[in-house]
Amino acid sequence: MSILVNSETRMLVQGFTGRNGTLHSEQMMEYGTNIVGGVTPGKGGTRHLDRPVFNDVASAREETRANASIIYVPARFAGAAVIEAAEAGIPFIVCITEGIPTLDMIRAKDAVRANGARLLGANCPGIITPGECKAGIMPGFIHRPGSVGVVSRSGTLTYEAVHQTTQIGLGQSTCIGIGGDPIIGTTFLDVLKLFNEDPATESIVMVGEIGGTAEEEAADYIASEVNKPVVGFIAGTTAPPGRRMGHAGAIVSGGKGTAKDKIAALERAGARVADSPAGIGSTLSELISAKN
Amino acid sequence: MKIHEYQAKQLLARHQIPVPAGRMARDVDEALAAAEELGSGPWVVKAQIHAGGRGKGGGVRVTSTMEECEAAIRSILGMQLVTHQTGPEGQEVRTLLIEEGCDIAREIYCGMVIDRAREKPVLMASAEGGMDIEEVAAKRPEAIFFEEIDLDAGLSEEAARSVAQRLDFEGKTADQFVDIVCKLARAFVEEDCSLAEINPMVVTGSGDVIALDAKINFDDNADFRHPEHAQLRDLDEEDPRETRAAEWDLSYVGMEGTIGCMVNGAGLAMATMDIIKLHGGEPANFLDVGGTATAERVTEAFKIILEDPNVKAILVNIFGGIIRCDLIAEGIVQAARETNLQVPLVVRLEGNSVAEGHALLESSGVDVIAAADLADAARKAVAATEGVSR
Repeated sequence: MSILVNSETRMLVQGFTGRNGTLHSEQMMEYGTNIVGGVTPGKGGTRHLDRPVFNDVASAREETRANASIIYVPARFAGAAVIEAAEAGIPFIVCITEGIPTLDMIRAKDAVRANGARLLGANCPGIITPGECKAGIMPGFIHRPGSVGVVSRSGTLTYEAVHQTTQIGLGQSTCIGIGGDPIIGTTFLDVLKLFNEDPATESIVMVGEIGGTAEEEAADYIASEVNKPVVGFIAGTTAPPGRRMGHAGAIVSGGKGTAKDKIAALERAGARVADSPAGIGSTLSELISAKN
Repeated sequence: MKIHEYQAKQLLARHQIPVPAGRMARDVDEALAAAEELGSGPWVVKAQIHAGGRGKGGGVRVTSTMEECEAAIRSILGMQLVTHQTGPEGQEVRTLLIEEGCDIAREIYCGMVIDRAREKPVLMASAEGGMDIEEVAAKRPEAIFFEEIDLDAGLSEEAARSVAQRLDFEGKTADQFVDIVCKLARAFVEEDCSLAEINPMVVTGSGDVIALDAKINFDDNADFRHPEHAQLRDLDEEDPRETRAAEWDLSYVGMEGTIGCMVNGAGLAMATMDIIKLHGGEPANFLDVGGTATAERVTEAFKIILEDPNVKAILVNIFGGIIRCDLIAEGIVQAARETNLQVPLVVRLEGNSVAEGHALLESSGVDVIAAADLADAARKAVAATEGVSR
């Protein structure tokens, strides 16, 4: 078992024929992801990477019976691409694109909600169930099928956490990058609920960062519902207040969203927080052996 | 992107929101002419810098005679204005806003932001005008009234009216308040704002509502929809290194420490700063070189890092995902040569083709301190700054 994607996932790629879409589609197919087709307006009826190309998501879904879509279209069109996928009845939409206007994300999320779909991202590395399905831009080779559920707001820092859980020999059930923007489709809380209910996930690594209060909300859920070992790390202890640290959502404003508050909330909830980004794997090992 | 108060007020005026009569000025003559034009006083002389807290720092003065006004202009223009948001070195005042004085009966707070939890823009209003909303939120959260803004329908008149009531506005004052906040909500959406704040919004002695101060930030991601916003940018208000970094698509934030960092990915870049601190060092900067760390961009990143005279060592931390570590290593070698690097360089590579990357660094002849992992990199970078002087 795993969450959200597996060997049954039939993936559509929006922005399939572009430079990014092509590069990452090749890598996903190489990993074993079942890409059933792509969408590029104006290129319908052609083939790309030996898969059919469609003008719009609705016809692509009808022809291919796709049950997920991944979006690589440029930022100015990405919000509309999410809305198109949701309205076409795609149940799971992954948006990789970085730099989408906040108001576009608000509209996209409204459409996702109205159509009963789930959105991951935007501005995220995607999701991978090792050995089954890679929907994103993460390097496949650092993952191993296993028991740790990894969820993170970051890209390369997620790889760091994943790499460490591979090194300690546990591997991952599913790894999810939820994205660094202020408005995102799937939150820490959503993913924690799924991991908590997934029998293949025996422990959870949660990598947060400064800004917002999503980690605090997740901590409340951990305290009341999660019995699996949880290891946290929060990036940005040294970030100066009021400055945006790369991610649009990574900003401490008005004393809210500090690393200190988030670490305290997680610790109160019973999670073990690694004080060093290099110590995520070892902290998890300690926690698991202490429980056994 | 942040803009100046006078620009924010011009934008509000374009959206039919009343603001005091005022003129922007860049030198003493212009400022005096502006005061002259505004009539017989009183005048308010306001420093135009992007940081908040200008009044407390001495950057705003109310004057009633032309002599006082001129004295205020001469003392504020060119001053190094220090506020809680500028840092101890302050910000040079290059622009003034000269405004006609205003008869203030009451001050309130009115602001709009994106509320992450509601996933909507919201109106925040409070009777505590002139105070930092963060301070009010911390001390008396019940004193702030919220109303959601719909992207298409805007702020409903009903919602605006209920806020007016909670603020004890009556008659024409209530009508004007409702009109202003509805227009502000429309402006917020039309202009892709991330913040629109009128603090204080004042009620004059005759019961009219007016925006006495204004602060507007735009969502940079929406710049493509607003080419006209580009001319509002004031590069003098930005850190030149951050501006240059942005031109190269590098995300840079300057800090106070001695260890320059170059990392791929924002989260890992923050974590790298944290681990430096954990090992007893201080990061000199945040720098996300992004997913395509070409030799050219790495070189530019090194140059920006080295412009900071406090930098005593550089730590490069790259987790090669899709990009191969040997290509990154090539870029690092080239950048080190091109910038004639004189400070210790600690490099930690992990991921795709990492062995080839290490081999390339080793055979390059460039003096590189190789690190085995993230913790090792931080330790070595901290050790390298000890006893190094530039």
